[in-house]
Amino acid sequence: MAVATRVSRRPSPVLAGSAAVVAAWVVCAAFWPDLVPYDPDLQAPADRFLPPGTDHWLGTDHYGRDVLSRLVAGARPVLVVAPLAALLSVAAGTALGLLAGAVRGWFDGLVMRLLDAVVVFPVIIAAVLFIALLGRSAPVLVLVIAAAFVPLVTRSVRAATLVEREKPYVEAARLRGEPLWSLVARELLPNVRGTVLVEATTRLGDAVFAAATLSFLGLGQPPGSPDWGSSVADNRLWVQLAPWTVLAPALAIGSLVVAVALLTDRLRRRLDRS
Amino acid sequence: MRRFLLRRVAAVPATLLGVSLMVFLATDVLPGDVARTVLGREASAESVAALRHELGLDQPVYLRYLHWLADFGTGSWGTSYTLHVPVRDLVLDRLGQSLMLASLAFALLVPVALTLGVLAGLGEDTPVDWVISGVSLALGATPEFVTGVVLLVAFSVELGWLPASAQTSPGDGPLVVLAHLALPATCLVLLCTGYVARHVRASTVLVVASPYVRAARLRGVRGARLVRRHVLRNATVPAASALGVQLQFLLGGLLVVELLFNYPGIGALLLASATAKDLPTLQATAMVLGVAYLAVVLLADIAYRLLDPRVRLDGEG
Repeated sequence: MAVATRVSRRPSPVLAGSAAVVAAWVVCAAFWPDLVPYDPDLQAPADRFLPPGTDHWLGTDHYGRDVLSRLVAGARPVLVVAPLAALLSVAAGTALGLLAGAVRGWFDGLVMRLLDAVVVFPVIIAAVLFIALLGRSAPVLVLVIAAAFVPLVTRSVRAATLVEREKPYVEAARLRGEPLWSLVARELLPNVRGTVLVEATTRLGDAVFAAATLSFLGLGQPPGSPDWGSSVADNRLWVQLAPWTVLAPALAIGSLVVAVALLTDRLRRRLDRS
Repeated sequence: MRRFLLRRVAAVPATLLGVSLMVFLATDVLPGDVARTVLGREASAESVAALRHELGLDQPVYLRYLHWLADFGTGSWGTSYTLHVPVRDLVLDRLGQSLMLASLAFALLVPVALTLGVLAGLGEDTPVDWVISGVSLALGATPEFVTGVVLLVAFSVELGWLPASAQTSPGDGPLVVLAHLALPATCLVLLCTGYVARHVRASTVLVVASPYVRAARLRGVRGARLVRRHVLRNATVPAASALGVQLQFLLGGLLVVELLFNYPGIGALLLASATAKDLPTLQATAMVLGVAYLAVVLLADIAYRLLDPRVRLDGEG
């Protein structure tokens, strides 16, 4: 692990670059109305399929809309949906995992069997069924992604809790007669926080992946949204004529997921060593 | 082993019932009044009631579910609302198409991931390892439609080497079919390789440091023979479970890749029938995909068990 140690002492260019990419997209998501050169929904039939140039840095699409403006505005949907879904799944999974690990017995058995059933389930089929029939909307998307991730978070947190509960400080707390909520929230939770943190960052990366994929499949955002996944799906029909309309949002997603994955990887290695 | 097999196989009907219940509830309860949809808004209340009776919609939900399940079990899957062909022929044909694409991807995935993982593991902390680990981390994190679009623009639009659509005609020879499948299959392989290769790398690192490999080295075994006889076999076991996990991603990847490359597979059919609210097709497609998925997960578990007899799965002493 010579490399990892060296990396942790010096600020690594990979780490700094990844953080910068994520920060840039967060700024776009938050302040896009002040940053875009054109209205992302402004249609200009005379300017259809303009290649990248001085007026439109990334060209225009089949409605003559500015690709750069849509790219900047498109950062928002995924950066709202993915963190919310990750947060929801980590909160629910941590609570379930801590309780199942601390209480054991029939409660543990019930939770684990239920989660096994969810894991065995082909999540993508359920997602298609529910989103297609309930309609495309951000809240449905958040719920579906979060529901798919809860079992994974629960398993990790429960495994960490099972290790902690055998330690003397937990026994001491039990003997002091601490109530269950206090045992879970004040004794166990602070000691499994490393696991929770790793889960949170891992699930964030997965949630970006899932949100982008589902919106590419036409299941996430309402039609016409500048969302990156939807843009790739919409513009795919004109890929021969105007490849830049497809490449720009695709590379934007690529840069975000790779940056998040690299950050997560570094964080996990750092936590593993400590 | 027999007990394990029996338990796993016994769990399949229960899971299948769960899948069927979900498919039925999602498609039967949520979309509203089918009779009203079929007849249109102007239809009289009597004719709607008559059609409801004919379709059995006036019966309680559990009876409708049992009827539907019996119909499905006996192979009468109905007629597609939109394509007006028997659903069973349609779904099974599309399933065959998807299996062809998935098998090609899987056949490419196993050797590629094993080679990369073993190379990275043997050269732990060398530039070879950094490049392989870094690239596989990045590729594993990238959605398949992103890599797919980049491949499409590079090899089809710019270079013009490969067709943009994966759709083939019945008379095409094997080479033409292969050219059409090359991009979508590569896309699936890129998605799954990273994860499997990282598992193989981790187990290779452990195996190389183990006493029996050191002993083999001291006996003078080295090079390809050492890798083949001593490292590869033991490094493949964790890879089998990683491959099992990847089957899930392969299924999701099929949906995406089939849509992106206009491939007439079962994933594309699931999306199309869900969007068009073509209920008989949607139900059958979801059920067939569910069954295929469960079968594949079970096979992966059994393969894992056979490769490593030390593995104890739930339900065994």
